[in-house]
Amino acid sequence: MKFAVLVNEGPFNHQASDSAYQFVKAALSKGHQIFRVFFYYDGVYNASKLSEPPTDDRNVVANWGKLAEEHKLDLVVCVAAALRRGIKDENLAAGFRISGLGQLIEAGIQADRLVTFGD
Amino acid sequence: MSQLHTVSKSPFERTNLQSCLKLATPGSAILLYEDAVIGAMQGTSMADAVAAAAKTFSLHVLGPDLAARGLDAAKVVPGVKVVDYAGFVDLAAEASAVQAWC
Amino acid sequence: MEEEMEAGVVKKFMYVNRKQPYGTVYALEVLEMVLISAAFDQDVHLVFTDDGVLQLKKNMATEGIGMKNFSKTYRALEGYDIEKLYVDQESLDERGLTEDDLLVDVQVVSRAEMAKLMDQMDVVLSA
Repeated sequence: MKFAVLVNEGPFNHQASDSAYQFVKAALSKGHQIFRVFFYYDGVYNASKLSEPPTDDRNVVANWGKLAEEHKLDLVVCVAAALRRGIKDENLAAGFRISGLGQLIEAGIQADRLVTFGD
Repeated sequence: MSQLHTVSKSPFERTNLQSCLKLATPGSAILLYEDAVIGAMQGTSMADAVAAAAKTFSLHVLGPDLAARGLDAAKVVPGVKVVDYAGFVDLAAEASAVQAWC
Repeated sequence: MEEEMEAGVVKKFMYVNRKQPYGTVYALEVLEMVLISAAFDQDVHLVFTDDGVLQLKKNMATEGIGMKNFSKTYRALEGYDIEKLYVDQESLDERGLTEDDLLVDVQVVSRAEMAKLMDQMDVVLSA
């Protein structure tokens, strides 16, 4: 089955990004496809390469990047939400790309299920 | 095929679970995860409402979120099933659509 | 993407609005999603429930809080062929509002009717 995932909250303040990450890992290990992970609202902060959590904590941004590399995931950050919040190509973490909201709607159309994390 | 409704916020902080219970159609699946897992426990002021809901809906709670909070999976309201992330994926796959109440 | 759009997959999209405007950004950023989905020719439904009914309140005057009043956008939705707007009576009642307080035409439904409508959707985006 083809899943699309929407992450609506930033890292650390809320668990949403971690839950989405665990969901995606579980879906992949069950043989499902991840059509796209889309980051909206404060979720765009998950793509900041300036994020530097303490070394004894998980690195949410880097974990997404690693997972994307391993599984060729399409991690898309909404351009309008990102510009509002100061996320641009200059500070975009590896594994992510910035694009329009149309990518979310397309994911909703193309994927069998869209699963949303965070509000 | 009916929907999967997900709830992630505590019913003691927000009213998302209450809204979900009002607007989910009977027979739908509901998954409590993140801070919402406290709503699945016995002995809370929500427990009676949740036990009643377990008769109308297919109620689930995410085990890793219970464990992380030191909540005993053996003490969830009767009728609530404990699932892991793989179970969450299965619930989403089996549903017609997934609606997040956050 | 263009070709896929032309292939004509039309899904039932629903936007569930449960928050007030201004206190958080959700109402505004949901509107941005709604307008984009219109460009994809999808079957778009907007639901306003819980505090979301306040997004449609008449007479918003935001000068005093220094924020843009975006409520006019709801009036413009018709121009994008987005005409399926639903509000549940119970949420209005709880907040002491009536249909006359709303700035656009909506279908006022019961919670049971709204539940049934939600269950028919292919994609649900809520905030």
